[in-house]
Amino acid sequence: MSMSTHTPSSAADDNYLHHGRGLKSWLTTLDHKRIGVLYLISVLTSFFLGGLFAMLVRTELLTSGRTIMDANSYNQSFTLHGAIMIFLFIIPSIPAAFGNFVLPVMLGAKDVAFPRLNLASWYLYVVGAVFALVSILAGGVDTGWTFYTPYSTSTGGAVVWLTMGAFILGFSSIFTGLNFIVTIHKLRPAWMGWFKMPLFLWSLYATAIIQVLATPVLGITLVLLVLERTFGVGIFDPALGGDPVLYQHFFWFYSHPAVYIMILPAMGIISELVSVFSRKHIFGYRFIAYSSIAIAIFGFLVWGHHMFTSGQSGLANMIFSALTFSVSIPSAIKVFNWLTTMYKGSLRLDTPMLYVLSFLFLFTIGGLTGLFLGTLATDIHLHDTYFVVAHFHYVMMGGTLIAFLGGLHYWWPKMFGRMYSEKWGRTAAVMIFVGFNITFFTQFVMGSKGMPRRYYNYPPEFTIYHQISTYGSYLLAAGFVLIAVYLIASLFKGRPAPANPWGAGTMEWQCASPPPYYNFHAAPAEHDPYDFSHLRYDESIDGYLPAPGAQGS
Amino acid sequence: MNALNTLLGSGPGAFLAQGGGSFWLPQRGTAIAGEVDSIFNFILWVSLFFFVLIVGVMAVFIVRYRQRRAGEVAASSVSHNTALELTWTLVPVALVIVIFTVGFRAYLKLTVPPVDAYEVLVTGQKWNWQFTYPNGYRDGQLHVPVDKAIRLVMSSEDVIHSFFIPDFRVKQDVVPGRYSKIWFKAEAPGEHVILCAEFCGTGHSDMISKVIVHPAGEFETWLEAAGGFLDKLPPAEAGERLTQSLGCNACHSVDGSRMVGPSYKGLFGSPRRLKSGDTVTADEDYIRRSMLDPAGQVVEGFDPVMPTFQGRVKEKEIAVIIAYIKSLSDREAPQP
Repeated sequence: MSMSTHTPSSAADDNYLHHGRGLKSWLTTLDHKRIGVLYLISVLTSFFLGGLFAMLVRTELLTSGRTIMDANSYNQSFTLHGAIMIFLFIIPSIPAAFGNFVLPVMLGAKDVAFPRLNLASWYLYVVGAVFALVSILAGGVDTGWTFYTPYSTSTGGAVVWLTMGAFILGFSSIFTGLNFIVTIHKLRPAWMGWFKMPLFLWSLYATAIIQVLATPVLGITLVLLVLERTFGVGIFDPALGGDPVLYQHFFWFYSHPAVYIMILPAMGIISELVSVFSRKHIFGYRFIAYSSIAIAIFGFLVWGHHMFTSGQSGLANMIFSALTFSVSIPSAIKVFNWLTTMYKGSLRLDTPMLYVLSFLFLFTIGGLTGLFLGTLATDIHLHDTYFVVAHFHYVMMGGTLIAFLGGLHYWWPKMFGRMYSEKWGRTAAVMIFVGFNITFFTQFVMGSKGMPRRYYNYPPEFTIYHQISTYGSYLLAAGFVLIAVYLIASLFKGRPAPANPWGAGTMEWQCASPPPYYNFHAAPAEHDPYDFSHLRYDESIDGYLPAPGAQGS
Repeated sequence: MNALNTLLGSGPGAFLAQGGGSFWLPQRGTAIAGEVDSIFNFILWVSLFFFVLIVGVMAVFIVRYRQRRAGEVAASSVSHNTALELTWTLVPVALVIVIFTVGFRAYLKLTVPPVDAYEVLVTGQKWNWQFTYPNGYRDGQLHVPVDKAIRLVMSSEDVIHSFFIPDFRVKQDVVPGRYSKIWFKAEAPGEHVILCAEFCGTGHSDMISKVIVHPAGEFETWLEAAGGFLDKLPPAEAGERLTQSLGCNACHSVDGSRMVGPSYKGLFGSPRRLKSGDTVTADEDYIRRSMLDPAGQVVEGFDPVMPTFQGRVKEKEIAVIIAYIKSLSDREAPQP
């Protein structure tokens, strides 16, 4: 690597963004921070694409029957919206973008354990994304992101391209998970026992376990699907002697734990942010840490709750319903702990904290509506309706995406060394909160009234709900556009960020913004990441500095 | 569930059949729907309680503990309290055990039919439902007697569908290669919509039918009259009826409008340009082949999505359908 021989002209200039210049230095980088930035750009591009499809879907649903496209185009649009958002945005979003950037720094390490594997993971992501794009150009896919057989083995279009894309993205995810597990085990400083780790690392660790254990099952399932579709090997299609319900078991055995791949890192971000912006030690550290692990374990045992109406036995339904409720407990514990962290704090309502509050509001609704779906008698009615659509958007978007935005605004000054406009930041956070609720709360009501999901036409009594939902989604989209505008503007015109603008205690805030290439000039001393008593606010830099004489100064 | 209803401050009477529905739920057509609704309402109240608690506490904290001056420090440094942690672990555990139990008990009632149930066979196919009665009669709508347990034995001809009657709060996937079962007992005469809830392709959202609940004693009369229509009605009328019960009208219009398949209007005797490039005239044989081997002659501009009816329609049925399609065209039969 040429960059490793590069000598910075001055210490101030030696940040990872300037350490090596040109496109090639980025595309061959082994620096975890640059790979994090590459991932950030990639997942945001995917989010934009998935969002475009969401806008197409919502606009089509303004009226029953044709509004802007025919039924087949609509079916392809919601399939691509789901597949892109799940495989290309939510799953890699927090671990691969922010996890890569801050995990080694939070450990006081120079990099992840396997830097080359890390870069390989990003390249696999790009290859997987290209496969997904090819599937759009090569005829589209109309199966829904779940690829249920035998529909997916009998319909036309480019199903094989998209499933192979998801297969490759699975390996990208496994590489990241493997890297994080080894890094957390081997690169912690000697003084950092498990219970001295920042909670974000606990959540990334729990996530990585699921990534490594569950993703191979998805890979195998998709390969079987491709074998059946391409060579007529009978596995899932009853016409060939297969069993379509078996596909659903295989698929959800991965895809339910994948829900926790999506939400656990988000919970980790909230744990960091709620403490920092309350200026107070996180409440119930051990309960939060253990509940991450509990969620990772229980998450493997509940896949059958996606199949209560599939024809699996009543006994299986009973067991999966009971186990499903077990997952709700650790999630509830976390919510109560975050809330109590705010008690008698000194709450700074900066943009990242607005996303924390938004998360608590939306995730609470998402979690509580899960009770209706875990309960057998009510799930039978609600399954495959808009109630489910609203529920998982409240968890995945109201939870993970909102936490992602909180993390983006929290780490942005660290990643790029610039502050964004706080005024526009707060405005966008409020727009997204309001737009989100208008869009998706309406969907709870139409769903419980019996509106099935994935419907192109719908009975006239649902028109009003669909229209409210669509108008809400436009407000939501406007919020995202606003964020893009002021964040990009901040790169050029933003005030230079201090090393520690929020007064946080984790190690990434001890190095400069943006961090130097090797992260630390000297190994940070032992400290409690949630103890803020040694930090003093300094008005001249609008940030925090270590108090004179305090450790770490 | 009476205790539960009383607990919620509404008597059992509020959950009688023919309930008009609520802000959240559609109308109720069965007694069990009322039970499902009371569980829904119970969870709704539990959820509302916790939502108001969490968001309320959050709001109070935001107002009370908001930082007034940059750099202020927290007034407390408490970081754990085991008794509190155990309380908010064990209280939710107790609550979800209750919710699971009531949900499971109602689920058993919802899925286990009485032994004397009247059986109707259901076939799902892209994109219509067909109901076969014990006397062999088939219909595109589900006719049932009131106050009688009905058991549906369901299978699919192609991909997975899901049989959903919102007003009855029942739903069950219909899977190719196996039979799935569902049951209900309608409490009053009337009509309720049947939807497909599992995505099945282009016409998924048009895979709609209805349950027609007949008043006491009238179902038997209806079934007997309906059963012999092939012999009783003139061929074109019998054909019209048959295209509805076979679900042909889900994809073929009779007014010239374009749906998934070509319209029947003006079809007979017209020249048809095929995907293969050939042009054929739509005569009796053409229509017959279109039913038995639909992929063999796809009209240009349409997709080869029609399932075959080989072995599923009798000769006499083919004849009346041809008679019906003929009646929708003013062209004469082509001369050889």
